[in-house]
Amino acid sequence: MADQPLVNLTIEGVPVSVPRGTMVIEAAKQAGVMIPHYCYHSGLPVAGVCRMCLVEIEKTPKLQIACATPVAEGMVVNVLSAQAKEARKGVLELLLINHPLDCPICDQAGECELQDYVFQEGRARTRYTPTYAKRFNPVEDFGGDVLYVPNRCILCTRCVRFMEHVAEEPILNVSERGDRAYIGIHPDRQLDHPWAGNVVDLCPVGSLLSKDFLHKARAWELDKTASVCTGCSQGCNVNLDTRNDVVVRMRPRTNLEVNQYFMCDHGRAQYRWLNRGDRMEAPLVAQARELAGVSWDHALARAGEILRGAGGRAVMLASARASTEALFLAKRLLARFELTAAVKVERVPEEIPLAGVPNLALRGERAPNVAGATLLGYTEGYEDALRAVDGAAVVLVVDLPLDGVTADRLRAAGQVIYLGTVLPDAARAAQVALPMASVAEEEGTFVNRDHRVQRYFQAKAAPGMARPAWWVLGALLAEMELGGPFGSAAEAFAWLAAEEPRFGGLSYDLLGTRGVVLPAGRSAGVGA
Amino acid sequence: MGYPHKPHPNETVVLSQYFGDAEARRYDGWVKRGGYQALKQALAMEPAQVIEIVKESGLRGRGGAGFPAGVKWSFMPKEKRKPHYLCCNADESEPGTFKDREIMRWTPHGLIEGCAIAQYAIQAEVTYIYIRGEFTEPIRVMEEALAEAYKKKVLGPNAMGSGKRLDMYVHRGAGAYICGEETALMNSIEGRRGNPRIRPPFPAAQGVFGMPTTINNVETLTSVPHIINRGAAWYKALSLSNPRSTGTKLFSVCGNVKRPGNYEITMGFPLGELIHELAGGVPDGRTLKACIPGGSSVPILTREESESCKLDYEGCVEQGTMLGSGGLIVFDDTADMVYQIMRLARFYAHESCAQCTQCREGTAWTVRILQRILAGQGELKDLDLLLDLSEQMTGKTICVLSDSCAAPVVSGIKKFRGEFEAYINGTRRPRPVLVHA
Repeated sequence: MADQPLVNLTIEGVPVSVPRGTMVIEAAKQAGVMIPHYCYHSGLPVAGVCRMCLVEIEKTPKLQIACATPVAEGMVVNVLSAQAKEARKGVLELLLINHPLDCPICDQAGECELQDYVFQEGRARTRYTPTYAKRFNPVEDFGGDVLYVPNRCILCTRCVRFMEHVAEEPILNVSERGDRAYIGIHPDRQLDHPWAGNVVDLCPVGSLLSKDFLHKARAWELDKTASVCTGCSQGCNVNLDTRNDVVVRMRPRTNLEVNQYFMCDHGRAQYRWLNRGDRMEAPLVAQARELAGVSWDHALARAGEILRGAGGRAVMLASARASTEALFLAKRLLARFELTAAVKVERVPEEIPLAGVPNLALRGERAPNVAGATLLGYTEGYEDALRAVDGAAVVLVVDLPLDGVTADRLRAAGQVIYLGTVLPDAARAAQVALPMASVAEEEGTFVNRDHRVQRYFQAKAAPGMARPAWWVLGALLAEMELGGPFGSAAEAFAWLAAEEPRFGGLSYDLLGTRGVVLPAGRSAGVGA
Repeated sequence: MGYPHKPHPNETVVLSQYFGDAEARRYDGWVKRGGYQALKQALAMEPAQVIEIVKESGLRGRGGAGFPAGVKWSFMPKEKRKPHYLCCNADESEPGTFKDREIMRWTPHGLIEGCAIAQYAIQAEVTYIYIRGEFTEPIRVMEEALAEAYKKKVLGPNAMGSGKRLDMYVHRGAGAYICGEETALMNSIEGRRGNPRIRPPFPAAQGVFGMPTTINNVETLTSVPHIINRGAAWYKALSLSNPRSTGTKLFSVCGNVKRPGNYEITMGFPLGELIHELAGGVPDGRTLKACIPGGSSVPILTREESESCKLDYEGCVEQGTMLGSGGLIVFDDTADMVYQIMRLARFYAHESCAQCTQCREGTAWTVRILQRILAGQGELKDLDLLLDLSEQMTGKTICVLSDSCAAPVVSGIKKFRGEFEAYINGTRRPRPVLVHA
């Protein structure tokens, strides 16, 4: 890569050097210039149809489209020249003549590229006076989660190209011609491809809408938090969009090495359980056969008492959705026991790949941190671990729904400590039940199937007295004088990195928002 | 020949010699008239030699752009690594143009021979003759002629006994003007939507099925056998004005003339004479007002410009227009230029492939503005709007369809502004048009 000769050019006065074959639009990003565009998308083949990215290239008589013009040595590109701006202004006016301008009721308003560029460089007033008719086509349900509003469509064909070249299921097309054109769908098909939801993200305007998100929130009310999808072990990077502590949708966040620009529809639906109303909101301690709400100090003291008083065998049943930090700290907590530690992983036999993107699929392991748990010594022998509950001195459950397990079954063990987001019936057998934050409410890391350690961030407040697992377990460790407490997830991770050789040398700062792949079998330390 | 009329003495009859001669449609009749001699000669030459002769003749593309045919052929890779293709553009859809239709109807073997020579010169295995779908009769004639040519072993695995394989297919269009654009035509042959492609890559590098391809117009290819037979020097001498425009050109004359039809003239022939003498001039009692010399896509000429225009590539450019495909549309003083221009714009709005924004939206808006002016509801500033819109539609899109829509609008407003103003200020009776594109 380093040997590849670079091409030198100037964009808006900024000199840049890029590999041969780079298109001007990409080179401009390096110069810090965003050339306005609609049909171009770095994850799709070039169409060159919207004509929005017209730029002036010195010594070239006509304006050129930046998305399909490769860089050349000594090229001088003027994005903001009068001629180029005039051309883009023309395109914007033309895009709006058949557009309904119904921004007040459009879901895309606030994150609409048509709005953005018209405000940035469009005409203040149209010359398409109201006496001229606008094209009208009724809203169409494309099936799946997708609604098509043809009146808003600018025919950029991103959706058509996604389905044809990325999903490789070409069921969308451009139907009709001239200004009567619209996006058509195969008459016998629905847009229910498991990755079809991406067309909504790709649509630069409010033409393809998510039925699930329809009229739920205005874009400007949303807070966006970087997170990682919990739907499977692929670890797609996502943004959690929240409004007043409610997660309203999950959308892909670009990470070229994990999910590029995409995520599957199964993943998109994962936001729903983040808004569960039946959350555990206070620490609970068993008193006279009932669980009673107590303070954190009380609950932690009681849990400490149990752990100190027990000895011999311990069993840990954990969720593969728990953070790496929680899984690590929980194991440290039970270090002096003879420990059986297992995670429960839901597995389905088939992967659902996105055909046009290598190494991207909805994986059969439907949990985000299976690799993390395995690296930390957890087994997937959940059933064996469940059998080992009989006669164990202590059982620690970390956020498992305990499906098919009865409270009596757990009572066969000496003492049960439960840490979780909700309180399933079986967990009522616990001596201590501690409320923890969900993935949207804490910071943490997951390790995906390719051993990429990725951070997720806190998107909303935890309900009631629920606390991040790293905080709870840190406090318990401190109670036991085994380590902790931690002031932040970063501190907990630092301890993990210091103690676990595979994570050696890593820190939250190094992980950033794109993650770091653990080197096979060696220290992960990023060498000097 | 001024088919369907008798040839005018001032015509130079080469391509149209056998128009109307039913016997020439058949293989035997064609051979009797000297057919397939050129192909035999060409197959005995090196492909590069054939290209050299065509280059030397100065033959230029008759489809509209006027690119030198031999030079185009020489763009094909010299060293053949992939299959090569020849496409014959017979999707003649330009309003006012109907010359290829007559070539195919009367001299199908002439076209097959031209294709075969070009195919050999560019070392292509296959020729696709892409014929406009509405041309039911030419399609039938061409298919019959192809079957004959295969039967007589002119084509096939051992073409003319040369040991070379030459295959040729007729591909029928499905009714889209844009499929006459070369890359849209290739998409259409491949079974895709007929949308023009962005260039580069050019067809000579990646054409039909991604392979090196040359595409030529029917008239261009049909001229080739004559050049091989009579020599490049003979063809080059067919030039009345600028030596860079050589050979004969078929003009399809229509509109307000007494004898509409196809006329074959030598390059550089005076446009005035074509209208007034060959085509018989405008009907009695009327005067010439304007004409569009090269099919509907080129700027309109006024009477004065028409009468001083020399019909070759350079002569037309000198008058601010283009030779185009040779579809001459004549308007006399009864023609309503505003309506005529609207009618042309409506054609382009209907035929826009909907890819580029300027074309998709601009052509339709142009029509609406013109219709509003015709309805007597226009304003003077609409004319500036039309000109500004046309500016946006020129030179900014993948293909030149939107430029073609803008050309008659801009030249029309420039040259016949008074007629537009008459509708706007109410001195001309409104003419509401309620038909959408």
